[in-house]
Amino acid sequence: MAKILIIGSGGAGLVGALSAHEAGSEVIVVSKTLPTRSQTSMAQGGMNAVLGNDDSVEDHIADTLRSSAGLGDEKQIAFMCENASDAVRWCNRLGLPFSRDLSGEIARRRLGGASAPRACYAQDYTGLKLLHTLYDQCLKVGIDFRNERFLLNMIVDEASNRALGATFLNISTGEVEEVRADAVIVATGGYAALYGKHSTNAVGSSGDGIAAAIRAGAALADMEFVQFHPTGLLDSSILIGESARGAGGYLLNGYQERFTNELASRDVVARAIHEEISKSGAVYLDIRHLGEAFINHELPQERKLAQIYEGIDPVYELIPIKPSAHYSMGGIEVDERCMSRVNGLFAVGECANHKTHGANRLGGNSLLEVVVFGRQCGKNAAEFGVKNPTLPLENSQCSKDSNFIHEVMLSLNEIDFYEKQERLATLFYNNVGLVREEMGLTAVLDEVLQMQKELPLMAPKDKSKICNTNLVEFIEFGNKVELAEIIVMSALRRVESRGAHYRVDAPMRKDGLFGAHTITWKEGGVLCTNFME
Amino acid sequence: MEIKIKRTPNEEKQSYNVDLENVTLLTLLNHIKTKIDPTLTYSHGCRSGICGSCAVRVNGREELMCTYKPSCGDTVEPIRYARVIRDLVVDSGSIDIFNRAGLAWSEGSREGNVEDEEMERIQTQSDCILCTSCASACPVYAVNPDFIGPFALTRVWRYVSDPRELSSHRKLAAVQTNGIWDCTLCGECVPVCPQNIAPVQDIRMLRTKSGRMGYNDPTMNFGGGLDFGSPIF
Repeated sequence: MAKILIIGSGGAGLVGALSAHEAGSEVIVVSKTLPTRSQTSMAQGGMNAVLGNDDSVEDHIADTLRSSAGLGDEKQIAFMCENASDAVRWCNRLGLPFSRDLSGEIARRRLGGASAPRACYAQDYTGLKLLHTLYDQCLKVGIDFRNERFLLNMIVDEASNRALGATFLNISTGEVEEVRADAVIVATGGYAALYGKHSTNAVGSSGDGIAAAIRAGAALADMEFVQFHPTGLLDSSILIGESARGAGGYLLNGYQERFTNELASRDVVARAIHEEISKSGAVYLDIRHLGEAFINHELPQERKLAQIYEGIDPVYELIPIKPSAHYSMGGIEVDERCMSRVNGLFAVGECANHKTHGANRLGGNSLLEVVVFGRQCGKNAAEFGVKNPTLPLENSQCSKDSNFIHEVMLSLNEIDFYEKQERLATLFYNNVGLVREEMGLTAVLDEVLQMQKELPLMAPKDKSKICNTNLVEFIEFGNKVELAEIIVMSALRRVESRGAHYRVDAPMRKDGLFGAHTITWKEGGVLCTNFME
Repeated sequence: MEIKIKRTPNEEKQSYNVDLENVTLLTLLNHIKTKIDPTLTYSHGCRSGICGSCAVRVNGREELMCTYKPSCGDTVEPIRYARVIRDLVVDSGSIDIFNRAGLAWSEGSREGNVEDEEMERIQTQSDCILCTSCASACPVYAVNPDFIGPFALTRVWRYVSDPRELSSHRKLAAVQTNGIWDCTLCGECVPVCPQNIAPVQDIRMLRTKSGRMGYNDPTMNFGGGLDFGSPIF
């Protein structure tokens, strides 16, 4: 029996866990939080699948390809779309309480960039209900959950380029632990929390797994592609889901006039809003005409959040919004088996780049990716583990990481990392956001490299061993700064505009030079970048 | 604004003065942690009331920090009936334990069409975010720490009453001991739920369903005289 270590307990991790378990593996899920508290809970819109004759798999593939702006892999996209209805039925069999249409079939709604109503949903709680359904099933089959453990590093045998497990900080006790396994699945989510208060993401989306993967020898792909959701609340960036526009909501400028097709793909709408905010000072989402009964039934979360965070009631008032960092298209480069360049190190979900979203993800395709590739990845990892069991090789990673924590705790905090973290978020929103250009990117790169140099002068001020969240946040900051360099470097190298990556100084798409993936990796600690098909 | 926070290890209430108005309690605590006192420890995640990480007690009542707007003089404490790990962070192990005890999952859901109205029967129950506010408000835990309790019993009812569910017999059997009959039906769990779920109603429904399946209320075996307020259906 193979032992599979899954790092991360969101949708991707839990689907992977169920699938690896079904394939006969012993599964351990290690998470820095609790399973039901992960980012997946925030997904609202739905999960794309073609269920009836009013839509076709070919259209789903075509929409996804078009939105990917030349960086989507047709084979991978076809695989995802062809398996979509099976994925949705599987979720239904597990108990996911989908909303229903008049005929009693799973209800679908139209999201931006889709040629038909295709997103299967459960009110505006699709992610929440998917995640909880998966968690319940994991309890049923007895998955071994180890919560409150923060990923430090992968354990890799360098001679054989083989993942052996990973090391973790047990947050509650302060001890460093290792977990060995025959295969490791990284399912740690994206890195959009790097944008801080300009992101819709939970605070934990700091890209820990992606940073650990590149340190372990994996390559990353297309890290410059970060999706900005058109409608974050102005002040807090809290998400008002796409379903609000799908249901007929309008975007209005400062003069209260409509200015764009609300249902174009997210990159197009977000840039239109950005432009309109600079011209007319503000942009609002208007759902008043949908009526109170409809809003209460279909968009209850949105109403509540607008009331709490903007102090307005969307039934009667306009919702002030701004585009906010929402989704990481970039991630760990994986092959069709979901395996990275390190043997036995798999990745799935937002932390991976399955080449399904390319330069811009379609709404409703992320939950779908999580389920389709999660099932695939769990199975593949289980098979790999059976064929290639690991040996109990000596490895110094755990003692290295123990020493690291020990040293960090002894360090003096000469520079406040919270201040730097806020600075990084603002720099990124202003210069590595919706609109980019060389000068701004270069300035950010200089500052990021400076932050990296200064890291040894930063440390947690809290010296407690027990439940030290100051320490956890410091290590998260370290991961963000590591990824920041990669994102800016990739954005600098891509001197063109494509999907979510828009360069004012190179507004055209250039397929000849840049119709390829930005691949980044480290050699002797030095970041390398190349474009590869 | 002055705010008091109960802290470990001495259980003393520490006062903080913060110059912020009309913000959530979570924003306030983030301000304290990043600008004033990095040792202050609490759980949080999504900032939007959906991940269930940040339940605490404010002036003796359960609230999510990310949706509660504090007033001057508020006292913040960890939620009850869970081991405090540090400051406002508690051991959440009971979530797994009680959901497992109640077999709170689907044994398999039937495919095919279902009317939306039928699905709406379990809509509110499946909105649960497992923040455990209801358990913190439940007086039964003061006397029975093994009580399967409000969030897990709501989850059991969510699956038992799911029109697609293939088998609910074992679930009903699982909640007879330390389950539905241990509830006093006091209703303390209802007003504290951030998702407007009424666990006490779900427990009542489970009692009725159990009665129909031939289970008896063990508290009725005392020969009368004891009335726990169980309604007669």
